[in-house]
Amino acid sequence: MNIDGINTGYVLDHIKAGKGFELYHLLGLDKADCTVAIIQRASSAKYGMKDIIKIDADIPLDYDLIGYIDTNITVNVVKDRKLVKKVRPAPPEILTDVIECRNPRCITSVERGIPQKFRLIDKEARSYRCVYCDTLYRENK
Amino acid sequence: MGELRHLINITDLSVKELDHLMTVADDIIAHPEKYQDACAHKKLATLFFEPSTRTRLSFTAAMMELGGNVLGFASADTSSSKKGESVSDTIIMAGCYADIIAMRHPKEGAPVVGAVKSSVPIINAGDGGHFHPTQTLTDLMTIHRKKGEIGNFTVGLCGDLKYGRTVHSLIEALLRYKGIKYYLIAPEELRLPGYIREMLDEAGVEWHEVESLDEAIPELDILYMTRIQQERFPSWEEYEKLKDSFILTRAMLKPAKEDMIIMHPLPRVNEIDVDVDDDPRACYFYQALMGKYIRMALILYLLGIK
Ligand SMILES: [Zn+2]
Repeated sequence: MNIDGINTGYVLDHIKAGKGFELYHLLGLDKADCTVAIIQRASSAKYGMKDIIKIDADIPLDYDLIGYIDTNITVNVVKDRKLVKKVRPAPPEILTDVIECRNPRCITSVERGIPQKFRLIDKEARSYRCVYCDTLYRENK
Repeated sequence: MGELRHLINITDLSVKELDHLMTVADDIIAHPEKYQDACAHKKLATLFFEPSTRTRLSFTAAMMELGGNVLGFASADTSSSKKGESVSDTIIMAGCYADIIAMRHPKEGAPVVGAVKSSVPIINAGDGGHFHPTQTLTDLMTIHRKKGEIGNFTVGLCGDLKYGRTVHSLIEALLRYKGIKYYLIAPEELRLPGYIREMLDEAGVEWHEVESLDEAIPELDILYMTRIQQERFPSWEEYEKLKDSFILTRAMLKPAKEDMIIMHPLPRVNEIDVDVDDDPRACYFYQALMGKYIRMALILYLLGIK
């Protein structure tokens, strides 16, 4: 893995091609006060094409969110220009405030100040149910 | 009793707990005087953000027969939620006045929100089209009384099986018992949702789908009727064409077993002819009575009163 240009921070590798920018926004990197690079459509031996995000700061990273978005993403943790850890985040058991319940009859559509929470039902299919109304969410597209 | 317990969904209760509740309800029926002061100085808050006279009456009667008191509101019009108060705040407030809460709300999952902040047990008295566990308790209690055990029978579920939450919860509850065969009696448009048919398959039980009552009636030990709403159909003509296959009349009961029981969650509209009411097999009003006793047992259980 090419970690060039990163002193201490992360390289998010194997992002599905074309999804890098979306992940950048979901992770709030547009608001992060550090150097961030998005590489789009890099060639990959494994997937043909992939996106990469490089973050040059050890900001808190939402692994749950990454695991939910795509289980193929690898997080390379860099410290002092050295790769110190490789993580493949798994889909979280409870997903909080990442997706919103689409059921108009759900209590989350009217009650203020409650978190949007989903419980993992099937790891393989990455399907979740709203903890309030049980509406099913299969795959996150 | 240590930990605070709520009843949001019927599956919150184990089969053992269900047995316990039915045993207590049996004892209440046999010795009502033993329980007449069991909840003295206790208060039940009935928080009905949407009206349901039947359910509220049942809870009120249950608490009164336990010697307790009841306070609350009967619709959102008379409650603070109209002024924009959240479910969470209403529950916290009610917990200051009452020992236990029965809440009904038009939004799905509202009691889950309530339970997060509540200092007292919450009973879900219906959350939109989602859960209505005390209806299922009522159904189980009725079967227990009339059949002696929950298991080893053939049940026919008739009507709107697609949207009918009562039927979904009942199936979910019955799947935990043994020896039950299912007849699903509904028009194609209102057949049971796929995920519940999958549950039946996974449980490995025998089940049949039929499109008229006549086909199933001779086989049944229990016939569970539900309402078919006209607005579920694409046109009035289609509704008219189909509805008679799912309306129970006295004549249709001829091939039925002598000891079959006919259940219905009420309110009934026209799906059971009034001439069925006098048939000894009709037990939908008996069901309403059982609803009171099982709610009494539930209140005692959640309050930790022996
Ligand atoms: Zn929901």
